[in-house]
Amino acid sequence: MTTLGAVGAPTTPARAKRAADDDRLWRWTSFGPALLLTLAIGTLPLLNLFVTSFFTVSWSGGRSTWTPVGLANYAQLPSDPLLQAGITNTTIFAFSAVVSQMVLGFLLALLVSRIPRGQILFRAIFILPILIPGIVIGAIWQLLLNLDFGLVNQLLGLVGLGPHDWLGDPRTALLSVIVVDIWHWTPFCFLLLLAGIESLPEDVFEASKMDGASALQELWNITLPLMLPTILVTLAFRLVLAFKVFDEVFLLTGGGPGTATEVISFTIYQRFFSEDRVGYGSAMSVVVIFVISLLLVLALSSRRWATPR
Amino acid sequence: MSPAAPTARIAGYGTLVVAAAIVLVPVVWIIAGGFRTQISLLMGEVLFRPILANFREVLLSSASDFLLNYRNSMIVGVASTALCVSAATLAAWSLERLGWSPWVKHLFLGWALLFQMIPPIALAGAWFTMARTVGLENTLTGLVLAHATLNLPMAVWLMTVFVRDVPNELVEAARIDGASGSKLFFSIVLPIITPGLAATTVLCFVFSWNEFSAALNLTNKASATVPVAIAKFAQDYEIQYTQMAASAALSIVPALVLLLIGQRYIVRGLTNGALK
Repeated sequence: MTTLGAVGAPTTPARAKRAADDDRLWRWTSFGPALLLTLAIGTLPLLNLFVTSFFTVSWSGGRSTWTPVGLANYAQLPSDPLLQAGITNTTIFAFSAVVSQMVLGFLLALLVSRIPRGQILFRAIFILPILIPGIVIGAIWQLLLNLDFGLVNQLLGLVGLGPHDWLGDPRTALLSVIVVDIWHWTPFCFLLLLAGIESLPEDVFEASKMDGASALQELWNITLPLMLPTILVTLAFRLVLAFKVFDEVFLLTGGGPGTATEVISFTIYQRFFSEDRVGYGSAMSVVVIFVISLLLVLALSSRRWATPR
Repeated sequence: MSPAAPTARIAGYGTLVVAAAIVLVPVVWIIAGGFRTQISLLMGEVLFRPILANFREVLLSSASDFLLNYRNSMIVGVASTALCVSAATLAAWSLERLGWSPWVKHLFLGWALLFQMIPPIALAGAWFTMARTVGLENTLTGLVLAHATLNLPMAVWLMTVFVRDVPNELVEAARIDGASGSKLFFSIVLPIITPGLAATTVLCFVFSWNEFSAALNLTNKASATVPVAIAKFAQDYEIQYTQMAASAALSIVPALVLLLIGQRYIVRGLTNGALK
């Protein structure tokens, strides 16, 4: 990267010195605000969480009492049934939703890249769900899936299938949340994969056409391998977001019925806020953040491995 | 890509039309729900006579805080975006071109990436305690700072990509003319990166507008944002479904407007951020 000073030095030494002073001051004032936000509001709460995780905090009369408990909060974690359900459900949710989104997104991206007209229109429609607040998506689907008047049950009624309480039945609740997530986030995969497809070199496809490759061969032997870096990056992004899922679950099911749709973010919310177990909730957050950092390292190394550069 | 055979093309268009319908029908249904009476919604009437009562109730009734929530969301969206995008753009330029040692840059960007992955709900509790310590609990200022910080990693990453594309020759030419420090940045660099800036701004605003978990825990009745208000709606003992539909419809207006006027920037922001 570029370094300062020597490059294109002004004519006189005095001007050069003033410019260098300017630059040095500017270097700090330009980085300062972001650094300050990151340290004060990004990093400080994490330290706060870490410290809090070794205490039990109780409130009475607006005052908090902090009792040090060592590692007791951490020791409780493995036997927490809510956390166990949260981990299982988040894993099922993240993998099945993200894999479906990738497949559907790729299919739609391929189709849109091949049509001669209407690309912009379809792209605009497909982007829409990304822009809607997650909580509103929860509200929309809560109504759509409603037992008594939801559109889904109305449509099923047309073909003679009885109404089903999609969100209230523990057997279909998680599935419903997954379907809503697919509706919400397939557009994101579509958009990134379309950008990837559009940046593929044209001549390779012409060459394969001349060799008489079929469409399926072309997809398998050329498009997919060339797209691998884009596919992996999109996958990593989506998995990270899927592990954070909170808003939709909050409205659709509130983690229920029972623990059928309990996800990790929601478990943290319940322990921390609803039950006011600040120390224990902090310990849970710390562990989740630690696991996420591990995932990040894995994702970064997979990207390095997949990018030919 | 290759021109497809006619049947394949029809099948392709058919699939896309079905997919577009799956995306649009829920949105249209909820907007239509805002124009229905509760009875019409419960009966599942296909044809109905549209009424404005729900919107009137949500926007004008003294029992409803929705206009206040809308105003709060706007203030938080605009202020946090302004703060976040300015800090991020300056930092991106600084880290990319002002000779910070590589470990500073990598440490900051790596930290930003990790921070992006942390569930905001895990931070909300600590934020609440901190806000209380400095007297910012339940204020819009507290939420503005939280949203600016939540969006900062994405904004810095995006702006780094755009800043990297600023031609070196131009910067050096300006240096020879005697521009340095802030003057160089504001008069030469900023005009070049305006399109990237627009993309980042649109995304930051959308993400702030949509953000729920921090807003839920850092606000009270007076400072609640639109998503918090809608969540409260849905948790009422007796849900006013049609009013909930009307508020949901109103809450996606900014997204629709941005999609109409700024699709290009949204696409550029999302794809550049992830793929470069």
